[in-house]
Amino acid sequence: MGFQESLAAGKFVITSEIGPPKGTHIQEMMADAELLRGRVDAINVTDLQSSVMRLGSLAVCHLLQEKGLEPIFQVTCRDRNRLALQADLLSASVLGIRNVLALTGDYASLGDHPQSKPVFDLDSVNLLKVIRTLEGGTDMVGNALQGAPRFFPGAVVNPGGNPVEAQIIKMEKKIKAGANFFQTQAVYDVGAFEKFMKRVTPFRVPVLAGIILLKSAGMARFMNKNVAGVFVPEPLIQKMAKAGDRVKTSIEIGAELIQDLKGMCQGVHIMPIGWESKVPALLDATKL
Amino acid sequence: MLLSQQKPLEEILRSLEGELKVFILGCSGCAEASGTGGKAQVLEMKGKLEGAGKKITGHTVVDFLCQKALIQSRLRGKAREVKEADSLLVLTCGVGVQAVAAVSGKITHPGCNTLSLGGMRGEWQGSERCQECGDCVLDYTGGICPLTACSKSLLNGACGGTTKEGKCEVDAEMECGWKLIYERLEKQGKLDKLRQMYDAKDHSKMIPPKGLRLSDRWALEQGK
Repeated sequence: MGFQESLAAGKFVITSEIGPPKGTHIQEMMADAELLRGRVDAINVTDLQSSVMRLGSLAVCHLLQEKGLEPIFQVTCRDRNRLALQADLLSASVLGIRNVLALTGDYASLGDHPQSKPVFDLDSVNLLKVIRTLEGGTDMVGNALQGAPRFFPGAVVNPGGNPVEAQIIKMEKKIKAGANFFQTQAVYDVGAFEKFMKRVTPFRVPVLAGIILLKSAGMARFMNKNVAGVFVPEPLIQKMAKAGDRVKTSIEIGAELIQDLKGMCQGVHIMPIGWESKVPALLDATKL
Repeated sequence: MLLSQQKPLEEILRSLEGELKVFILGCSGCAEASGTGGKAQVLEMKGKLEGAGKKITGHTVVDFLCQKALIQSRLRGKAREVKEADSLLVLTCGVGVQAVAAVSGKITHPGCNTLSLGGMRGEWQGSERCQECGDCVLDYTGGICPLTACSKSLLNGACGGTTKEGKCEVDAEMECGWKLIYERLEKQGKLDKLRQMYDAKDHSKMIPPKGLRLSDRWALEQGK
């Protein structure tokens, strides 16, 4: 069963992600993807993550597809204008890629080419609209396409965003524009997430809670200070600070989190950020 | 000089929907020179709005609307008329509209679109910026321009990069423009405006129409 079908069937879905390398050596990345085979419903492929120039998402999605792994094509508005975005969507379609995650994208100056000209010709809401327009058989300006693509578009939302009301309003716009699923920023505060889900459950669009394994107490504190919308509660930080075996404790925390979130949302999206090899152990511990 | 062009009356009336009493502001700087917001155009607009059933509580022309101190002193003398109004209609460039919105605390509607003049700027002294996009969106963003206040010029709300302190991911010193817009609309009880789906910008509107490019004014600006 594919990703879309699993969500439709009400299965608790799991997605994870891989990041393309800077360069052409893809062995390590493909090995990371293999670790996820049979364990996840789909694999996100990041699009020049953190605005760092690397191998493109579209080619990697195609490689996954060839290996029988289901990709989610992440597309940001940072580097392509509306012509290039539409062209890449058509390209994805002919390669058999259905799942698309529409994102605004980090600002260009945050990455390794701060001299570049940021594009942002479209925003995430309009990108979703364009996906639906192409499906309808025309381009953005109404010209007929010879053959229309089919997609399963998704988007992101930050349940810890400040103010959360603004996040929810934008989420509604994304749904109106065509988003069929959401993946979230990393969640650690189960209570706050539960409140968020109470607000958005009436929208009846599946939400996959973001999971990032805590590598250390320091990482947790860093995220609390610097990462938008992420809040790691103090007891979890203390647990990591006192851990004898950090990996073991981290996986325990992650598994407990997933168990707690399971009744609230429709799945989880695990972002390994370097800990790709720990994902199977996390899923074992969660019994997923 | 900032070249402007009045928005179609239907668009102005649409933005004034649900509001009966309006105060009109014009500018004797660039807007007067553009023939869009001088005294004559303010009076003309007054007539048009009254014809559409609006009550004009008052009007004034300030030189220049991009200077917040000037706006403040001028509006002090019109405090009663401004207070009585449900909203303000501002016939000038995007900088002037934003300056009025910032100073007045009132719901502020742009009456003009600001067109690109290829780099020449007006008299602005403050923090407001106008990108001369030719299709002013200030009506729906509480009088704060998302094209210039948001690093990514987003039209449909903040990205995920607003920091915990409400700053932009690009620069810790810079306020998130969409947070400012949210707070302004919240204060005005107009958060519903955020729900509007805003289409991708038509960048071809940045180019001034041929008629304007051929005007004497345009020629003067080009130094011909």
